[in-house]
Amino acid sequence: MWDYTDKVKELFKNPLNVGEIENPDAVGEVGSIICGDALRLTLRIDKKTQKIIDAKFKTFGCASAIASSSALTEMIKGMTVDEASKVTNQDIANYLGGLPEEKMHCSVMGMEALEVAIANYRGAPPKKEMIGEEKIICKCFSVTDKKIIRAIKENNLRTVEEVTHFTKAGGGCGKCKPEIEKLLKEYWAKESTKEVHFAEAPKKKLTNLERITLIRETVEREIRPSLKADGGDIELVDVDRNKVFVRLLGTCMGCPAGGFTLKELVENKLKEFVDQDIIVEEVKE
Amino acid sequence: MKPVYVDNNATSAVAPEVFEAMRPFLTEEYGNPSSMHTFGGKIHRNIESARAAVADLLGANDPSEIIFTSCGTESDNTAIFSTIRSNPEKKHIITTKVEHPAILNVCSFLESVGFKITYLDVDNTGMLDLNELQSAIDHNTALITVMHANNETGVVFPIEEIAEIARTRGVVFHTDAVQSVGKIPFALNKLPVDLLSLSGHKLHAPKGVAALFVRKGTKFSPYMIGGHQEHGRRGGTENVASIVGLGVACQLAKKNINDENTRVRKLRDKLEEAILKKIPNVRVNGTTESRLPNTSNVGFEFIEGESILLKLDEKGICASSGSACTSGSLMPSHVLRSMGVPFTYIQGSIRFSLSCYNTEEEINYIIENLPPIIERLRLISPYGKEGKK
Repeated sequence: MWDYTDKVKELFKNPLNVGEIENPDAVGEVGSIICGDALRLTLRIDKKTQKIIDAKFKTFGCASAIASSSALTEMIKGMTVDEASKVTNQDIANYLGGLPEEKMHCSVMGMEALEVAIANYRGAPPKKEMIGEEKIICKCFSVTDKKIIRAIKENNLRTVEEVTHFTKAGGGCGKCKPEIEKLLKEYWAKESTKEVHFAEAPKKKLTNLERITLIRETVEREIRPSLKADGGDIELVDVDRNKVFVRLLGTCMGCPAGGFTLKELVENKLKEFVDQDIIVEEVKE
Repeated sequence: MKPVYVDNNATSAVAPEVFEAMRPFLTEEYGNPSSMHTFGGKIHRNIESARAAVADLLGANDPSEIIFTSCGTESDNTAIFSTIRSNPEKKHIITTKVEHPAILNVCSFLESVGFKITYLDVDNTGMLDLNELQSAIDHNTALITVMHANNETGVVFPIEEIAEIARTRGVVFHTDAVQSVGKIPFALNKLPVDLLSLSGHKLHAPKGVAALFVRKGTKFSPYMIGGHQEHGRRGGTENVASIVGLGVACQLAKKNINDENTRVRKLRDKLEEAILKKIPNVRVNGTTESRLPNTSNVGFEFIEGESILLKLDEKGICASSGSACTSGSLMPSHVLRSMGVPFTYIQGSIRFSLSCYNTEEEINYIIENLPPIIERLRLISPYGKEGKK
């Protein structure tokens, strides 16, 4: 018997926003009946204000999956698309007053559906969240290295068991556990050298000019080469305080992974080399 | 409100008669049956009557063939380890893919230390192919361990035929009969099973007491090594009260076995037929030809088991599920997967297991409350519309 909070029980018993919006402005579908849970999220977005004015869900899954989905729709109603894109699985879990460790993957499913929906709204075709270079680590639940590393990073995971609770990876036949262990070791080894690096050379506050130069250099040196390798490119359009506006070119345009490329690659690199507070936004024609 | 308890394959209510018989041994009769003084020593007799009652229910020739243990898992572990220690030159065990973890996990442990294990397949009705068993046996085979009735589906394996094959080929045969004792009549004086496990709490005795039948002449090596209790075959001071309870439970089971196979069977059939009639996209998992009288495992397409259980729980109905979310792991039941239950049904599989304490009113109550629950969850499910007729 799971120890669910009253909020989880309440949203399971009387879930809010069940259903499907007709002709939605965004659709996010994740999971599958084989994996044991699946979520179809539909959004109505006001084009002028970019606000999510309605959100509905349909979920196949256990009580915490249904409650997480319902919580997600409640949370994002009234948010702008940008605000919603910052919602994490931890936010969903917090809204519910916490989830049992083993059920954290339900909150991750909510976050993923939202991300797919937002990518869909921004022009990427739905149901394409795979990226060429990703490697499937867990074959039972089709979990990629990228998803595992992200979960490690965002939730500060330290053990294989924790990774399983958040991503399901390793929860089937268990054969991929050594690989998960390896990803954990690699990630935390890299992080520890980073911490040392920062401790040795704390970054001084940059002037606006230094900041723009550094952003430009980082885009040239760290970002463009890897995009070009896949036949894409990026153009720096403008910088406004911590916001960096870029335009995707070549095969990056309309790439199903566009939403991910931006967030994962560009933003992470700029955060790493320029400033932790940087937010990247895509400019479209 | 008294719960409607239809989860008897998980555990069962302690019969009032059992509890009353145990009471003195938890209060004034606290002596140790191994003691020389009368106060303790006389309790020995109560243990022996319990042993006789267990032997009687099993139709065993001799009460000394019964060893009391602490749980079904201990009985299973004892059977396997005793057999391999007694036949050290043989390193092969045959079992099935649908056994209880008390067998499967012991086998996978033995695999890791060099044993060869053959896991027999089941077909989509949950049945074995005995030709596969025949051809798996070789000179290296130490043990065949095949359950009698499956805990999840209630499917009953033909242990009479398996026992005959094992005897002909000279291999020790153990059966985990934890789910079937008390529900199916036994005649071990005729059935050539060498070792058989049973557990008290599945037949209205308390948790923490079980037994292993060891046929006279079967080589035995203790699992629990200690004192001279159980003729040196199982060390540890006897769990007197519970052993007495198990004895009474076996007497009651012998009396009630007819009720299990008539009235309880009818109630189970009524429930199952109503579900199939009232709810679309439902299937029964496991053959209905060879099945325990009390068990029904039903798959509801497009919805997930934990949700169904919690909705049933709100109505005071206790059942269980083979879904991933309830199995404590992320994979659905190994039994249903081995049977190839379609993936649209497997996560929504619910087991109802009745006992002689269930009434017709209770079954009607379930029949009344289940359909709206399934309908509601299908409305929430993204696959639900496919489930409408």
